[in-house]
Amino acid sequence: MAIEWYLVLSALLFSIGFAGVLVRRNPVVVLLCLELMLSGGALAMLSFSRLHGDGDGQVFVLMVLVVAASEVVVGLGLVVAMFRRRIPLDVDEMKELRG
Amino acid sequence: MNAAFWGWLVLLFPLLGSVLIGLSFRVLPARTAGLIGIGAIVAAFACGIAAVVSLQGEPAESRHVADSLWQYASVGGFQIDLGIYVDPLSLFMVLVVTGVSSLIHVYSFSYMKSDAGYHRFFSYLNFFVFSMLLLVLAGNFVLLIVGWAFVGFASYALISYWYRRETATRAGMKAFVINVVGDIGLVLAAILIFRELGVIDYQAVFEKAPEVFTTTNEWTAVAICLLLLVGAFAKSAQMPFHTWLADAMEGPTPVSSLIHAATMVTAGVYLIARAHPLFELAPAAADVAAIVGLVTLLVAGTIAIVVTDLKRIIAYSTMSQIGYMFVAVGIGAYSAGMFHLMTHAFFKALLFMAAGSVIAAMANMQNIDRMKGFYKAMPFTAAMLIIGALALSGFPGTSGWFSKDEIIDFAAFRGGWYEIFAIGGYIGAFMTAIYSFRIIFRILPGPPCEEATHLIETGHVVHGQPVNPATGEKEDVEVGYPGEDHHIAEQAMGMKIGMSVLGFLALVGGLVQIPGVTEVITHFLEPSFEDSPLAAMHPSVAEAWKGLAKGALISVLGIAFTWWLYIGRPSVPETLRRTFRPLHTLFVNKWYGDEAINFLIVRPVKGLGRFANERFERYAIGGLTSGTIALVRSAGGAVRDLQTGMLRGYALLMGVGTVAILLYFLIRSI
Repeated sequence: MAIEWYLVLSALLFSIGFAGVLVRRNPVVVLLCLELMLSGGALAMLSFSRLHGDGDGQVFVLMVLVVAASEVVVGLGLVVAMFRRRIPLDVDEMKELRG
Repeated sequence: MNAAFWGWLVLLFPLLGSVLIGLSFRVLPARTAGLIGIGAIVAAFACGIAAVVSLQGEPAESRHVADSLWQYASVGGFQIDLGIYVDPLSLFMVLVVTGVSSLIHVYSFSYMKSDAGYHRFFSYLNFFVFSMLLLVLAGNFVLLIVGWAFVGFASYALISYWYRRETATRAGMKAFVINVVGDIGLVLAAILIFRELGVIDYQAVFEKAPEVFTTTNEWTAVAICLLLLVGAFAKSAQMPFHTWLADAMEGPTPVSSLIHAATMVTAGVYLIARAHPLFELAPAAADVAAIVGLVTLLVAGTIAIVVTDLKRIIAYSTMSQIGYMFVAVGIGAYSAGMFHLMTHAFFKALLFMAAGSVIAAMANMQNIDRMKGFYKAMPFTAAMLIIGALALSGFPGTSGWFSKDEIIDFAAFRGGWYEIFAIGGYIGAFMTAIYSFRIIFRILPGPPCEEATHLIETGHVVHGQPVNPATGEKEDVEVGYPGEDHHIAEQAMGMKIGMSVLGFLALVGGLVQIPGVTEVITHFLEPSFEDSPLAAMHPSVAEAWKGLAKGALISVLGIAFTWWLYIGRPSVPETLRRTFRPLHTLFVNKWYGDEAINFLIVRPVKGLGRFANERFERYAIGGLTSGTIALVRSAGGAVRDLQTGMLRGYALLMGVGTVAILLYFLIRSI
């Protein structure tokens, strides 16, 4: 199969994820969309790795998976903490860092 | 064991005593602390004698040892050692300092008995002696400055010893500040010496100085000596740095005694004697020293004649006597100056001790107007006062007679314009007789005053209310104040021992230097001054005895005049006071020395400070800082609107930005 398909799929995943991050306000969904974006990037790297026939890209994808897992742990931890403190689960409400 | 070894031990004992007492004040009983303090100084005295013995074993031309423990600093061929220099001059000072200090320690052991800060007192006292010993034993100008500054600090600590008494803390600060002015002079002198000669050790400096300072740059040597003199004047309370000395009377009496007799004020005299090779290269500076000494001795004499505070009279007499010593070392009569330093230490310490005894008996009153009839109340103290006054006024046979007249003789012998020092010296001697016997004739005879009567009738000293004698403020009896006070006067053993030994020395101490007979001091100090052409000059024995006869005549005349004034015709002083009212006002106000310093230095500096605070600080510094703040704040305001806190907004911006950059590279690559 030509590499284009993979790249298109990867671009789609990334764009859907990015759109989700932009439009959704629930932090859980935002995290979910971030995962999509990471998977999009990971897929592109895998594809190129196969195309060039070396393993570097695949190793990098493993790294990305680890990073994604850590990010989810931290993010979900934050969500649970917000839930416990009865803070509304809405990223737009959290803007105390406004200048 | 050579002299340097004993020199180090001289330094070690007082330091050890001070540290030991200072650190273990919680566990040591007060008496033990006092005994440690006395023991440390006596041990130092013993080591001083051992050093003398070991040094006298050497031939005269090699009677000096320089020794160093380690190097302070070694930079580019220049090195400063932690070194001492032991020669007859420094050992002479060591013996005077430790000897008189031991007696003062013994006296304090009893005098301070009721004080709550007993440990602190002895720790400071030992430190004071240590600093002075460091000053006299130092082998280079750096270590000299260290000792010099230590002495300044120790005097501050002891003058302000009753630290909850505001007058005392003020007096301490005054002494400290004036001394620091002197320190600056000394430091500048050391820097100049190093710049010109490249060395800092005494021996090296004095060897090199005659080669470097020739007629072409004579004025550099004069500048160095004048800067040294600033230090010497401040430490020795010469004009115009004399104002701290009278205020220093706020400290406990043993401290006054220590400052005036053994440590501190003699440092300036020692400095000039030590640096005499430099002063001989700069005769102008030496003359300045002598003239200032002469002026001080006359001015201080006039003040001492009119003030009524017992301790202050003695304080001004110290200024006056130090003036004699400055004249001596200024005109080149080094061994005479050192001799007068020694005898002065004896009778001045004695006078202060006796005065302390009288003041204690007066429940801390110091005004001689109220004292009467102490001859009957305290015969021992009265005898000591009389001995001290006799020696001070140079009564024939006493120690002061030999030493003071040796200075005056030398001045007359050098001739030329140096005659004025002889004339001034005789005028000063006449005034000395007046003020010292003014004390005697006013407080000893006559019907006993209230306190003296109490002492005679009950055998006990009056227990007064604890008050500040200067302001009359009530005080409590806790630490930081004198407390319930010394109900001891002369009855305490320690005080009696201290006074009687000093009394004996004040009477016969002069016999070591009878012209043509003994002259122990001159011979002892000879190796230290062998390089000086002036020190080799001596008035002949016949001239010396002629001078002594003149001195005796003046002293006896002065005493007789005072007797006529206060006993024969008691109405005369009052008449004199009324007739010469402006003069009396001038003298009582100490020639307005404080006011002059206030007007010339304190006020302008304060004005400058006020200008700096109200104008410079507010507008220049304040403007600069608030301008910076305003700049940062407005710049921040410009970009703060971007920070919305909207997470999605940030994400969008980041996305758009990334896309824009990518597009830019894409387009460029085409």
